[in-house]
Amino acid sequence: MAIFCTLLVFIIIAAFIAVETKKLLSAVICIGAIGFGASIMFLFLWAPDIAITQIVVEVLGLIILIRATISRDRTFIAGDREFFGMIVSLVIILVIAVAGVSVFPETLPDFGTPVFTETSNSASQTYIEEGLEKTGAANLVASVILDFRAYDTLGEATVLFTTIIGATVILRKKTKKLLEEPDL
Amino acid sequence: MPYALCFLLFMIGLYCAVVKKNMVKIVIGILIMEYAVNLFLIMLGFRWGGRAPIVTAEDISGGSLSKLFINSSVDPLPQALVLTAIVISLGSLALMISICIRTYERYGTFDITQIRRLKG
Amino acid sequence: MKGMTIIVKNISSFVKVLIFLFGIYIILFGHLTPGGGFAGGVIVASSYVLLMLAYGREFAEENLSLPTTSRLDCVGALLFAAIALFGLFYGATGFFWNFIHQKELWGQPLKLLSAGTIPLSNISIGIKVGSSLFLVILILSSFRLETSASEKE
Repeated sequence: MAIFCTLLVFIIIAAFIAVETKKLLSAVICIGAIGFGASIMFLFLWAPDIAITQIVVEVLGLIILIRATISRDRTFIAGDREFFGMIVSLVIILVIAVAGVSVFPETLPDFGTPVFTETSNSASQTYIEEGLEKTGAANLVASVILDFRAYDTLGEATVLFTTIIGATVILRKKTKKLLEEPDL
Repeated sequence: MPYALCFLLFMIGLYCAVVKKNMVKIVIGILIMEYAVNLFLIMLGFRWGGRAPIVTAEDISGGSLSKLFINSSVDPLPQALVLTAIVISLGSLALMISICIRTYERYGTFDITQIRRLKG
Repeated sequence: MKGMTIIVKNISSFVKVLIFLFGIYIILFGHLTPGGGFAGGVIVASSYVLLMLAYGREFAEENLSLPTTSRLDCVGALLFAAIALFGLFYGATGFFWNFIHQKELWGQPLKLLSAGTIPLSNISIGIKVGSSLFLVILILSSFRLETSASEKE
């Protein structure tokens, strides 16, 4: 429990610095620290697939953030803050936080008891017991995403395809030439 | 206790996405919210003294899984959901950054209050 | 976009091949060890991103050009859909049915050739995710070159 709380406090401090700093480069580096801390936490939570994926996605995300926004004339954030808008937003967020924390001890089990042991006939129990026989894969997570729940993977492939097409269309630079061609 | 800290992380990301005026800061706030949700989902499936949901040769006894593995394995279902969520967050980050770059090229600033007043 | 100094070029020309090989290993052994198609695809993409960062964008575009990358993306997605449709036609049981495992290769867990259609799906997802992410980074960097050139005028 101590290692989890230590890592979470590290992540929260890094998130706080990323939110409040005035330099964009410091915020991006703090995002890198958050992702790295999250990857170590996934290792301690017995999820090695997720740890590998998180660290490499973090590296590519940092490359996208730095490459696209850091140049000579964009690194500083200037401007004053709106006082009234910030106070109203803080009050609303505080109300949501208090409501959320008061709900936690009733609905969630204690930390360390997974949810599927408390419900009978849960899907995860079936996946653990019959995963090796029905699919033949030793990695139970791979058998879940590619055999038991393959529709979700199809949906994910579609969403990734669509976002990449969207990013390609937004960053196109040839539109003016197409508009100037005369129609006969 | 770790659940409460994860919720606090989500609230920090929400504050950043709502209050800040720079577009890149809003993107960073959305990214922090995604990390918090992924962490929370994996923490739901954790078990004290558990082990990773990967079968090795010593877990198979007599052609079927041993009882020790079934009783101490960690939940594989949230891990499957978070695996796809992490890769999708990278794709949506690329889309958000491309919108920011286009807006900067058009208006010359990252400030969202300025964009409302200039009509291009 | 310019490349980097000659020390970085020499070392990265050796390291990127190791990263590519590691990515292929993670994809192929996705049903035995942690990893799978998504993590392996992102690693393969990052090996090409290393090539682009060290040598400059024009050199990377000669190596793997933009139309080729987008066609690889479509090939990966169509292959995944084709594997799903075979399940529908072969056993007439359902979409995404694991037809290889249920009928033919049975009873050999923990070997490389096991688990039916899962390694094939891993390979197609790896191709798709890798080429998608390299495509988006290529387009982001080529757009940035255009704006910084127009800002200097």
